[in-house]
Amino acid sequence: MKSILTDRQLAITIDRLSHQLIENHLEFRDTVLIGLQPRGIYLSDRIYHNLKKLLPNTHIAYGKLDITFYRDDFKSEKGLQAPNETDINFSVENKRVVLIDDVLYTGRTIRSAMDAMLDFGRPAAVELLVLIDRRFSRELPIQSDYTGKTIDAIITERVKVLWKERDGKDEVVLIA
Amino acid sequence: MSLSVKHLLGIRDLTRQDIELIFQTADQLKEVLQRPIKKVPTLRDTTIVNVFFENSTRTRISFELAEKRLGADVVNFSASGSSVSKGETLIDTVNNILSMKVDMVVMRHSATGAPHFLSKHINVPIVNAGDGINEHPTQALLDAFSIREKLGSVEGKKVAICGDIMHSRVALSNIYCLKKLGAEVTVVGPPTLIPKHIAQALDVNVSYDIREALAWCDVANVLRIQLERQNMPLFSSLREYSLAYGVNRQLLDSLQKEIVIMHPGPINRGVELSSDVADSGQSIILDQVENGVATRMAVLYLLARKEPVFN
Repeated sequence: MKSILTDRQLAITIDRLSHQLIENHLEFRDTVLIGLQPRGIYLSDRIYHNLKKLLPNTHIAYGKLDITFYRDDFKSEKGLQAPNETDINFSVENKRVVLIDDVLYTGRTIRSAMDAMLDFGRPAAVELLVLIDRRFSRELPIQSDYTGKTIDAIITERVKVLWKERDGKDEVVLIA
Repeated sequence: MSLSVKHLLGIRDLTRQDIELIFQTADQLKEVLQRPIKKVPTLRDTTIVNVFFENSTRTRISFELAEKRLGADVVNFSASGSSVSKGETLIDTVNNILSMKVDMVVMRHSATGAPHFLSKHINVPIVNAGDGINEHPTQALLDAFSIREKLGSVEGKKVAICGDIMHSRVALSNIYCLKKLGAEVTVVGPPTLIPKHIAQALDVNVSYDIREALAWCDVANVLRIQLERQNMPLFSSLREYSLAYGVNRQLLDSLQKEIVIMHPGPINRGVELSSDVADSGQSIILDQVENGVATRMAVLYLLARKEPVFN
């Protein structure tokens, strides 16, 4: 097991991603943030609270999206998953949506997420923010707009993002 | 994560974990039903046939909505006006339907055990939508789900099932489901409508006094008097039944507490339940109907895999 980001590096990365979002969205007037269940929401929670701290008087729409019912591997061995909560109490119609997930790997989760999101309206634009981009493992033409760290890992290796709220510590590790 | 069964033939076959998994899935599917677009594409490559050998409106519509909201293709078959009336056998009928490449069967039949029989002969998941006087598993699931939603949990709750226990598949499935989830159950009705050894066989309390049962319970699930299943009269008249066992406002007001009223429908208004009670704030009858779609979606979702994993 190899450490890719320590807790300090993770905090700095999330900080940087938050500032990049502010650069591009400034007032967040027509922007909504959507974290992807189950593990993307830890990152989106952090980013949301960071943004609230940096822009205390700005209202930022933030929701959580579960893609269980939109998966394309539902009938495969590992496809049947217990669904998580979807909590989106706003329309995404004509909004600029920022989808947030922890790891971008094959791109299939993001494809499903876009399907799921379109059931809440037709956004003006969609961006993707990820903490870890495993480039060279993509199965669909999907790229991130904001990337915490890009890594080159072979297919048998696994990237795991650990969160204090859930796993007791903040760290990103590569498991061989 | 999967159900321990390939078919949903009855609650009797399910484990508590199965039921909780169905509820957990139904919670999220209920959220889908609140959206502007009440549909997900989960089962878009799945064809489901609803085979109804016995009349039903609400169960069939509920299943059909559940199937459509999961994106499945739906075929409806009802026995009346079909080759069944020309003497075709059950297996022939269903095999013919399956030859048209159907992935799942939802079946209602007036004969007890019909879906069990079928499950031994065909290879796709079967959902029992009511067989004779045996079981009606999805009704029990939606009932327990509604209790859980209203009271927070089913564990430790006291539920009275009132009326025609003898002819009710809803009652049997409800007893299995509630007991598995840790509730206490009392069946109440006239002695002629309560099976003789039910207390020992199913570990429930038996009462012949509706007032006593209502005073005891947190939830009263009032069943319909099923005149169509009674070959000979088992009580003197509907009026007398209503006087002795009907749940009405006066009776509820005489209790020291507010209990939850349920009914699987259709209601014989003024017989087992008075109109003002059925339409009151205590009644969760319409919530049951709404939850029916979500729980049926959950069952279909969990059974729809092509190669189910067995525990």
